Amino acid sequence: MSYPKGTIIRNSTPARLNHWLTAACFVLLTLSGLSMFHPLLFWLSSLFGGGQWTRAIHPWIGVVLFVSYCGLIVQYFRDNIWRREDLEWLRAINKVIVNKEEGVPEIGRLNAGQKFVFWSMALLVPALLLTGLVIWEYYFGRATSIETQRIALLLHSMMAIAAILVWIVHVYAAIWVRGSMRSMTQGYVTAGWAWRHHRKWFRDLVETDSPGPRPITNERGRK
Amino acid sequence: MSNLQSQDYIRISATTVTPPAARSWEDQVAKLIDVTRCIGCKACQAACMEWNNLRDEVGFFEGTYDNPLDLDPHTWTLMRFTEYENPKGDLEWLIRKDGCMHCEDPGCLNACPAPGAIVQYANGIVDFISENCIGCGYCVKGCPFNIPRISQADHKSYKCTLCSDRVAASLEPACVKACPTGAIMFGSKKDMTDWAGERVIDLKSRGFENAGLYDPPGVDGTHVMYVLHHADKPSIYAGLPDQPKISSTVEFWKGLLKPLALGSIAFGVVAGFVHWITAGPNEVQPEDEAEANHLLASKGRPTADPSRSIAEETP
Repeated sequence: MSYPKGTIIRNSTPARLNHWLTAACFVLLTLSGLSMFHPLLFWLSSLFGGGQWTRAIHPWIGVVLFVSYCGLIVQYFRDNIWRREDLEWLRAINKVIVNKEEGVPEIGRLNAGQKFVFWSMALLVPALLLTGLVIWEYYFGRATSIETQRIALLLHSMMAIAAILVWIVHVYAAIWVRGSMRSMTQGYVTAGWAWRHHRKWFRDLVETDSPGPRPITNERGRK
Repeated sequence: MSNLQSQDYIRISATTVTPPAARSWEDQVAKLIDVTRCIGCKACQAACMEWNNLRDEVGFFEGTYDNPLDLDPHTWTLMRFTEYENPKGDLEWLIRKDGCMHCEDPGCLNACPAPGAIVQYANGIVDFISENCIGCGYCVKGCPFNIPRISQADHKSYKCTLCSDRVAASLEPACVKACPTGAIMFGSKKDMTDWAGERVIDLKSRGFENAGLYDPPGVDGTHVMYVLHHADKPSIYAGLPDQPKISSTVEFWKGLLKPLALGSIAFGVVAGFVHWITAGPNEVQPEDEAEANHLLASKGRPTADPSRSIAEETP
């Protein structure tokens, strides 16, 4: 991938592939899962070849998503660690939300909203996998008691809805903040984008003469 | 079991509209299993296999009269034997014919996500329509009696149909026909309840003071009922639930959670849309690019050609 002159690499190619694999799985899981959740949405199962296919394929997509999301955790957890400026940024959220970013604290590669999305999914995805295994009739239908399965089914549904809500926030934020989408498709952002939204990250990159997405660390491992 | 009539449903799984119910005047039916008259001959089990043409694999002897050991996709009814020592210290051999209870409020049907995979006819029979079944196992979670079994071969759920095909042709279920002692009766629910009342009076006169009819109100009654010598302790009959009802977990999942979930998803989408209309997109300004380029240039890094905009276009 070649990047235009003067731009900043925001997401590496492996990270972007990883992201879109996860995204594809998530969309397929949402469609197949909702078809088995609400009668009004059962028609969505036609997209997968009918109810039997939907029932059969949903758990496997879930396994792929789990593995894929583990890759995202490995690639992104360092930039998602909570920092003091995140709280200050959150205090200024009323300015952020109306696109008036003057006076909003400078933040690193990811803001508090992005960290919320990341950690919510980091909790929900493994929990959805675990509860999903319990209700995977074909392999584990007799592995646990029916009462356990009832609870797992309810938790799985509730956590799936929570994940869908988090996903809506995630997708809308990408539409709202212009330039974000390209950072995950082509991988780069303009210098102005980095300056406007993640100034601390931008300063770190410039200071260490890094093309992005992360500052170049010295031998002693600091920054 | 597929149905031959299509206008006598009172409930259809995963359906939000009123099912066709032209024959809603029909009598409610019931099978009455008089446990006190059962001799454990298993004729009902054999008759069920024969009429429904079911052949389970031959299993193993496990030291009990229960054979096979459990219900499965090929065993829709099963005699369960219990050796019960009553308070007087005497042995009572309790033999209960297990199988679908055909609840008036069927947990399996409530839990089922596949439209038309589980139906309830106007006569009260709860039936699985196999071609619509997706094999998810939700009916297993919905059932308070642990009855449905999912086939590993065809991924369909199976259970007693109450011989809905026979009943539709005014025949009694196969197990009823085969029973040599009259321990299994079939008729209108009212007649069966009346008959059970006579049986209970008789049993009480013989010293079974807790004799009674098992027609559990937690599921609005059942279309398969038991006469028990010890109706105060149903669970001694191989774990017959004392007070069966659809699990509150399942009730919440299939009740409040559904509208709550779709409502909150819709709210999320609408909130995003309203924000887009009111606040609009957050776009990088020329000042941002200028400031950024200034910083880049100060470190001797290349900057974007200002005459060639690379700003993302607003859709």
